Amino acid sequence: MTRVRRPVVAGWFTEGDGDREFRLLGTRCGACTAVFFPREDSFCRNPGCTGGELAEVPLSKRGRVWSYTAGRYRPPAPYASDPDTEWEPYTLVAVELEAERMVVLGQAVPGVTVEDLSVGAEVEVVPGILSEDADTAWTTWHWRPVEVDR
Amino acid sequence: MNDVAVLGAGMHPWGKWGRSFVEYGTAAARAALADAGIGWQDVRSVVGADTVRGGYPGYVAGATFARALGWQGARVTSVYAACASGAQAIDTARAQILAGMAEVVLVVGADSAPKGFFAPAGGDRPDDPDWLRFRLLGATNPAYFGLYARRRMALHGDTTDDFAQVKVKNAAAGALNPYARYRTAVSARQVASSPVVADPLRLLDICATSDGGAALVLSSMAYARRHGAGVPVRIRAVSTVTPTYPRTVLDLPDIATDSAVAVDPPALGFGESIARAAYEEAGLGPDDLSLAEVYDLSTALELQWYEDLGLCGPGEGAKLLREGATALGGRIPVNASGGLASFGEAVPAQAVAQVCELTWQLRGTAGERQVAGARAGMTANQGLFGHGSAVVAVR
Ligand SMILES: [Zn+2]
Repeated sequence: MTRVRRPVVAGWFTEGDGDREFRLLGTRCGACTAVFFPREDSFCRNPGCTGGELAEVPLSKRGRVWSYTAGRYRPPAPYASDPDTEWEPYTLVAVELEAERMVVLGQAVPGVTVEDLSVGAEVEVVPGILSEDADTAWTTWHWRPVEVDR
Repeated sequence: MNDVAVLGAGMHPWGKWGRSFVEYGTAAARAALADAGIGWQDVRSVVGADTVRGGYPGYVAGATFARALGWQGARVTSVYAACASGAQAIDTARAQILAGMAEVVLVVGADSAPKGFFAPAGGDRPDDPDWLRFRLLGATNPAYFGLYARRRMALHGDTTDDFAQVKVKNAAAGALNPYARYRTAVSARQVASSPVVADPLRLLDICATSDGGAALVLSSMAYARRHGAGVPVRIRAVSTVTPTYPRTVLDLPDIATDSAVAVDPPALGFGESIARAAYEEAGLGPDDLSLAEVYDLSTALELQWYEDLGLCGPGEGAKLLREGATALGGRIPVNASGGLASFGEAVPAQAVAQVCELTWQLRGTAGERQVAGARAGMTANQGLFGHGSAVVAVR
């Protein structure tokens, strides 16, 4: 059976299969240039800005590791995880994007552990699957070390 | 000086008692009233710090506590600011006293904590950052603590043994506190052999969730004099500031920081700005403090608070710890109560409990964990989404 691919949250990243084109999507204020991720569509949060048009903008594909950790215990709902299966620890990576001057959190691609990461190392954003149920594969973004890709 | 007097402090011991938060809060309130030597009927305002558990936010806490103590017509306020709820309750009481709206105010916070990780409120709520971080990332509170700890290791050279030593220090103090949940010494080896929860942090690096209750009876200075309170402990400052944009340190429950593209980051981070506001209002500086109670949700976070409170320079938290300055008997004891490491967090009670500890220390009645000659203390913490919380008390 083929599951339908659906983004776990709408409008936060590009859709389609290509790793190379995949990007996180934020918004940028037309008045003050502030960037927002998760996207801010109704108001600019810069206190010195009277508010401009918020336009969608793709974020940098690559960034550097700000920090990282691994969740060794199963998180509570609404994280989708079958309590009857053995818990597979996953790695979380906070990534500093130079152009946007911000840090974005995400899960690492499956298989990447804390041993594969270091603060300052280069990573890139790629599409991934967060969870699957009967007929849906919920898509998300993952961070992948650039070295592992070679 | 906009001082208010602390006439009474009371707590229900922290633990996992499995009873209603109302019982803990009421016990703490009765203890605080007895400590103050004031009858419940004399209290003209009650401020409750809400738990999010127990149906309506703590049955909307203020009224639930007032009802349990017996309706007597006092003004009521209920506040919620996650971990900062207690400080908001104290701030509300203080504002009422200074505005002349009430002379004696009872502040109560209590919680009955669930087992395991804190989880967001139920339902499908894709516009709530707290719901989203669990749904999209499985990012629990300890995951954020792990990120900060790893960042400190990379930036400042902190080690996992430094983190373990925070637990060792706080457990030693907590062993002397009858209100603490954990009252046994812990060794660095025990920390190092506890299971990893959120790399690099282990189970004993991360505070538990607890049941508990704490209460304060606050009054105007004029009332305290009439009441014959002698030289009462005074609350001299309460800081409840928000962050300044752009906030560039990833904080729970956020999935990303603000961008610093349009505006450069502020000179002070959020933690520093919380402390700065308290120091400025109190007219004191870090050198004037005899002790501090900070929110050690994790061992590594305690080191961050040393720096944010200006007890040492940026990046020097672990050095201050290694010197023994922050242990009982050190230059500036931090978490003489045993901290969250020994209590576990009872969310709406915790910031009130911090001020109870300052009160007993400043009175010189803290027993075996007494900080000699304590004259001024600060509490610090921050509540989810950007609620600053710090209290300065003096005597
Ligand atoms: Zn703007």
